[in-house]
Amino acid sequence: MTLFIEQCLNGLQFGLLLFLLAAGLTLVFGIMDLVNLAHGSLYMLGAYFAATFAAWTGSFVLGAVLAILATLLVGMALEVIAMRRLYGRDHLDHVLGTFGLILFFDELVRLIWGPGGLSLPVPPWLDRSIEILPGIQYSAYRFAIIVVTLAVAAFLYVLVMRTRIGMLIRAGASNREMVGALGVNIKLLYTLVFGLGAALAGLAGMIQAPILTVQIGMGENILILAFVITVIGGIGSIRGAFVAALLVGFIDTLGRAFFPQILVELLGRQAGSTAAPALSSMMIYILMAVILIVKPQGLFAASSR
Amino acid sequence: MKPALSFRHLVIAVLIVGLTLLPLYVALTGDRFMLTLFTRIVILAMAAVSLNLILGYGGMMSFGHAAYLGLGGYTTAILSFEGVHSGFVQWPAALAVSALFGLVVGALSLRTRGVYFIMITLAFAQMAYYLASGMARYGGDDGLSLETRSTFAGLVNLSNKTTFYYVCLVLLFASILLVWRLTNSRFGMVLQGVRSNETRMGAIGYPAFRYRLTGFVIAGTLCGLAGALIANHTDFVSPSMMFWTRSGDLIVMVVLGGMGTLFGPVFGALALLFLEQFLPHFISFVVRPFNPAGAAKAGEYWQLVLGPLLLVIVLFARGGIDGLLAMLSDKLGRKVRP
Repeated sequence: MTLFIEQCLNGLQFGLLLFLLAAGLTLVFGIMDLVNLAHGSLYMLGAYFAATFAAWTGSFVLGAVLAILATLLVGMALEVIAMRRLYGRDHLDHVLGTFGLILFFDELVRLIWGPGGLSLPVPPWLDRSIEILPGIQYSAYRFAIIVVTLAVAAFLYVLVMRTRIGMLIRAGASNREMVGALGVNIKLLYTLVFGLGAALAGLAGMIQAPILTVQIGMGENILILAFVITVIGGIGSIRGAFVAALLVGFIDTLGRAFFPQILVELLGRQAGSTAAPALSSMMIYILMAVILIVKPQGLFAASSR
Repeated sequence: MKPALSFRHLVIAVLIVGLTLLPLYVALTGDRFMLTLFTRIVILAMAAVSLNLILGYGGMMSFGHAAYLGLGGYTTAILSFEGVHSGFVQWPAALAVSALFGLVVGALSLRTRGVYFIMITLAFAQMAYYLASGMARYGGDDGLSLETRSTFAGLVNLSNKTTFYYVCLVLLFASILLVWRLTNSRFGMVLQGVRSNETRMGAIGYPAFRYRLTGFVIAGTLCGLAGALIANHTDFVSPSMMFWTRSGDLIVMVVLGGMGTLFGPVFGALALLFLEQFLPHFISFVVRPFNPAGAAKAGEYWQLVLGPLLLVIVLFARGGIDGLLAMLSDKLGRKVRP
């Protein structure tokens, strides 16, 4: 039972982390209609920045803040230099152009930080376990992730639904020309939205840095998961991304933890333990395929796009 | 009035002759590496030709085409591992497995459109990737080596590198011929019609879904054959040949060469693999006058150039290499006949 609760918390934590990535993707997807494969590169940059800045300043929190700011700046620069030219083009162009950017960023990171990975130690004040429920110990760092990502999700909700900027973002998503005609600087708005998405990706990368090794190509696997989430949730829907991210986080974590045992029970030791690793990695993709077959526009279809 | 033999035709003719005579060059210079490189180019060109059928002519943006390379390759390798070495069994099996996968994936994913289609094809390819990683008996993540190449009972000996090159080349030409015949047939016309306007094609009575699905399965099957070839070429298969960036490479080849053109994918494969091979040397060459010591090292970072180059091609040269050739022939043609 303890293990189950712990795995549930891990699922929640992973889901919320994926939400940070998926929210940025779905914002950019829904508002600029841009398929951005380079989103994973921003995640990678966030992790590298965090490891570097934390080592420089000697402070985890300061390093994290600087890393997020740096990713925000990189994102905005990227939008002005490259992405802006891709709006209004074919999705195929987006895929190709941003695929090129992945190559660029991977190589850039190799040039700056070298081929070996970096590591970012968990700060001492978070490197312990706390008792979150009577009798249940949980890693303080992972618990902090849950708190921070929930706060960011709430912030995003307020930003998009309750502020003037959010109103403009939503208006820009439904009719770009009209918002422009009303005197809003739509170009600047898009740059800000892209920067926001980049900062969220950077935050996700920074959060993962102490858990995983910071290495080249770390964005490529998780990017596909983030895409799966935006597609399951319905492109452009932040609420959909939130629900889908939690769904994927739980299924992936619980699947990896308990599915092998279930399979061994069902199929016997030999067949079960052979099939388990492949099947538990495939589960998310099976989930996505099933959802798209039943609802081709995702769970919370935002528009007819 | 277009000239009968344009510049573009000339380049294509040179390409065909050049590919055919390559082993002669290798025999004269002893440059075995070129033969290996070009065998790879020819095989990947075949995969790109198959992707072009659905991407270029059919307008289906499949982001999981590398899965078929893996399926064809793994079918060959697994049969070989289990003691079946005959190519007469291995290759048809590779085709059948790819066709079946294409049928299932196509039937499910062709219900969706746009980005959703891109992502669902990607998801199926990832499933194939994880399936291969999970097969402990067949090497899992580490991949599987082939003991021997496919045997054809004395008909051809694939262990001979020149023979193998010609087998690949003949199959490449055959697939181009197939795509040419297909796209000019009634079926191909409908497929291209559905790409331009599905509603209209539906209104005049063509079931778009069935035509699309047929195209999807043909493309997958053809790519499965390329997979069987690549397993024979490298004597090795691994899950990484199905990773999503591999599918990205195939798309790059098609678009770089020119979508929806007969020889575009061949140009694309040639260009991409040449860039991969020679861009590092080129960068070293450019850097050398400025920084002789760092020149060799600078060459290692060739993707720093390739990435933005792709972006520039997307932004400014949508027609790809074939489009460029067509433009050149147009200009040259005008000069000849004012």
